[in-house]
Amino acid sequence: MADEKYGLFIDYTWCTGCHSCEMACKVEHNFGEGVYGVKLFEDGPRMLPSGKYEYNYLPVFTSLCDLCAERVEMGKLPTCVHHCQAACMKYGKVEDLAKMAAETPRSWVYVPEQ
Amino acid sequence: MLTNELEGVNKDVYKTDWQWQEGEYTVTRTNMWTAPGCHNGCSVLYYTKDGKVEKIEGDPLSPYNQGRLCMRCLDVVETFYHPDRLKYPLKRVGERGENKWERITWDEAYDDIVEHVKEIWRDYGPESIVSMQGTGRNICWQTPYLSYAGFDSPNFVLGFLSGDACYLPRTTIGHCFMGDFFVADMSQHLEQRYADPEYVYPEYILNVGNNALVSNGDGFFGHWIVDVMKQGGTKLIVLDPSCTWLASKAEYWLQVRPGTDAAVVIAMINVIIEEDLYDHDFVENWCYGFEELAERAREYTPEIAAEIAGVDAELIREAARAFGKANPGTVQWGLKVDQTVCGIPLAQALLSIGAICGDIDVPGGMMIPRCAYDIPDSYGCGMWFLSDEMLGKMLGVETSPLHALGFDPTANGDTVLNAIETGEPYPIRMQFIQSTNPIANMAADAPRVYRAMKSVWYNVVVDVFMTPTAIACADIVLPCGMSCERNSARVWWWPLRSIVKVADYYEAKSDEQIILELGKRLHPERFPWNDDIELMTWWIQAGNRFHAGWPHKTDETFPELCEKVIDWPDDWAYRKYELGWLRDDGQPGFNTNTGRCELYNTLFEAWGFDPLPYYEEPPESPVSTPELFEEYPYVLTTGARTWEYFHSEERMVPRLRESHPDPLTDLHPDTAAKIGVCAGDWIWVENMRGKCKQRVRINPSLKPDTVRSEHGWWFPEREGAYPSLYGVFDCNINNLTVQGVTGPTLYGAPYANQICKIYPVTKENDESMTVAVINTGEAK
Repeated sequence: MADEKYGLFIDYTWCTGCHSCEMACKVEHNFGEGVYGVKLFEDGPRMLPSGKYEYNYLPVFTSLCDLCAERVEMGKLPTCVHHCQAACMKYGKVEDLAKMAAETPRSWVYVPEQ
Repeated sequence: MLTNELEGVNKDVYKTDWQWQEGEYTVTRTNMWTAPGCHNGCSVLYYTKDGKVEKIEGDPLSPYNQGRLCMRCLDVVETFYHPDRLKYPLKRVGERGENKWERITWDEAYDDIVEHVKEIWRDYGPESIVSMQGTGRNICWQTPYLSYAGFDSPNFVLGFLSGDACYLPRTTIGHCFMGDFFVADMSQHLEQRYADPEYVYPEYILNVGNNALVSNGDGFFGHWIVDVMKQGGTKLIVLDPSCTWLASKAEYWLQVRPGTDAAVVIAMINVIIEEDLYDHDFVENWCYGFEELAERAREYTPEIAAEIAGVDAELIREAARAFGKANPGTVQWGLKVDQTVCGIPLAQALLSIGAICGDIDVPGGMMIPRCAYDIPDSYGCGMWFLSDEMLGKMLGVETSPLHALGFDPTANGDTVLNAIETGEPYPIRMQFIQSTNPIANMAADAPRVYRAMKSVWYNVVVDVFMTPTAIACADIVLPCGMSCERNSARVWWWPLRSIVKVADYYEAKSDEQIILELGKRLHPERFPWNDDIELMTWWIQAGNRFHAGWPHKTDETFPELCEKVIDWPDDWAYRKYELGWLRDDGQPGFNTNTGRCELYNTLFEAWGFDPLPYYEEPPESPVSTPELFEEYPYVLTTGARTWEYFHSEERMVPRLRESHPDPLTDLHPDTAAKIGVCAGDWIWVENMRGKCKQRVRINPSLKPDTVRSEHGWWFPEREGAYPSLYGVFDCNINNLTVQGVTGPTLYGAPYANQICKIYPVTKENDESMTVAVINTGEAK
């Protein structure tokens, strides 16, 4: 279906910053130095007014992310989703992911160009 | 839910066969365990073509890692085929340090080694040969077997790791405390994992001395902790000087001064007993010495512990209540427990807190593991060939009854170092150095160990890359195979996993092949196997050597294991102490003198050690050496793990190095401002013993007086020959650490609780500590 868009869902409460998505992507696409399909961003550790610490990681997908079209064609998951150590990423139809996001605090859905 | 249920996994793509053809690739389902180094043993799919690994993926059908992989494994093809890998056996032709070698054949290498071994046997005795290995390598039984059965020497040692300060303090006190060890139960021994009806999620994990997400220590896949938090609502109590990601997610983060954890844990025991939160039934029926423990713990009020550790007393109380009420609670402990002089008493306190709360060997608690099929995956493998007289010559047995009685049988590194330096009690003439790079990594006081290692008459290094250690001291260098190039297995602890050879690399041989071929030339009767496959079958079937009961042994062969990929024995249960599985006599209880968890340790009492947990101040600290602290006014903790590297490895791998190019020292922003540096600036970290330079990373969660430096750094991109030596001492935090300062048992050393001063590197003061060490012997 032409109007069925696919994307990635990140439940970033659980993203531990392990870089597996980043490395899996670089290896899968054979990206050289300084080239990324997804780049991990770090926020923290930063003290909140309560004295607790905020510490977030977020994988940011770049314009080079093709949702692992070749792997998906073969019936596999995008390699970042497959290898995510915290298992906090999902691949699917954007409308399904949006429903998932509505039920999951601190999550987001990424929709690449397609 | 993450289980091994096939649901959700595309079985047209991911098959349950152990091998299949997929287009131009042969796909092999097996497991990965070193080289490169690691503490896990994750399940992978190798995609090979023409005898070469082209791609790797995590095996989604594996209950162990469920398809997940870390960045080192994801990039391992780049490591496997790095152009600098050792390809052929080498013999030194120049002076040590010149990095000049000639290619020789394996036969020539073995002949050279055998000739030297026989000469040492004749002139000095086998005890003058020391074998050593690095951590997290699949040679836990292979190097010991070669040492005992091949070289006839009792001196197998952990690469100059002072105080054997990695795991051995914990395993040793575990055996004295309850005859066994424990691991946090993340359902890893159940084939159905979290979906097994018997499994219970822990309510609380008390996390001490590790950041398991990064370290994955001791056969524990760190992200299992995230699984149980996410799926089971498990909460955390974290003791850590820095706010790690886990600490940021914890209900209770206790920011302890490095090295003071024991005071806090004993105070938690105090609160749990005082407020009657302990498990009366378990204490009454399965523990020994509760009153004595209670009396000792009373000395450690939360206020006293708070003052020692620099944390809030009320927070200690609240954390203690949370753990005391948790049903079940569990403990996730790690390396930093061992890296204090009170490593043993801290580990004893952690065992005690779990025992009095009734968490021992219950689902979701502190599970008692043994190796599947009781396979002798141990440092004692082959020790049965040594006479009592020869065992008595093991370095370290004189000074510690724990070593004498073979609790975690290795020689003591500090004592070996002394023997090399002094020739007492006998000279050391040869080092067999298998996959360890001590001067770059685990040796405290690295310059001292460097001086000692290069003074030994004859040295053999087995490794995957040329290392500073090899250039400094080796006469023969042997290229060993990486994980994809070996027939082997991973068992520690459960289940048993195959490691299947799918590729070759020039003339590299697996560690199994090397010990077999070399051993055959020394004692053919003890190395009767025709090849590595027969050797592996022997090993898999060699169980029940030490234990009368559980686990039972197997008659499975290595080829059968390869087809199974992962083998789950059927003799697994919780509360094994009730079943009579733990004791040699088959009776219920624990395998100790009293049959109980010994809160008051009868063996320690007999040996003259303190039988109860206690806190001891680090030997150099603001409290124990206040005058020295004026000159070195920061507490230095070392060894925090990085995602990219396993200790001193992988600095030559481009994608990993891109992600983490430099050695980093964490400073609080106020501290950085005080000494006038910003993120990315180079600073000197210095104390009485030496200095090194690292780059600043700002870490606002640290206390301003705490400095946190990385370890394991050398620079394979630089010249190997003297005086460059890959820059091994330039950024080496072990220029500052100390040898020979351990707990009374010889276990535990203060790697992670030093003192230091810091100041900017300038044009005027910049110099190479490697050149300094080569010229003067010291990093000053």
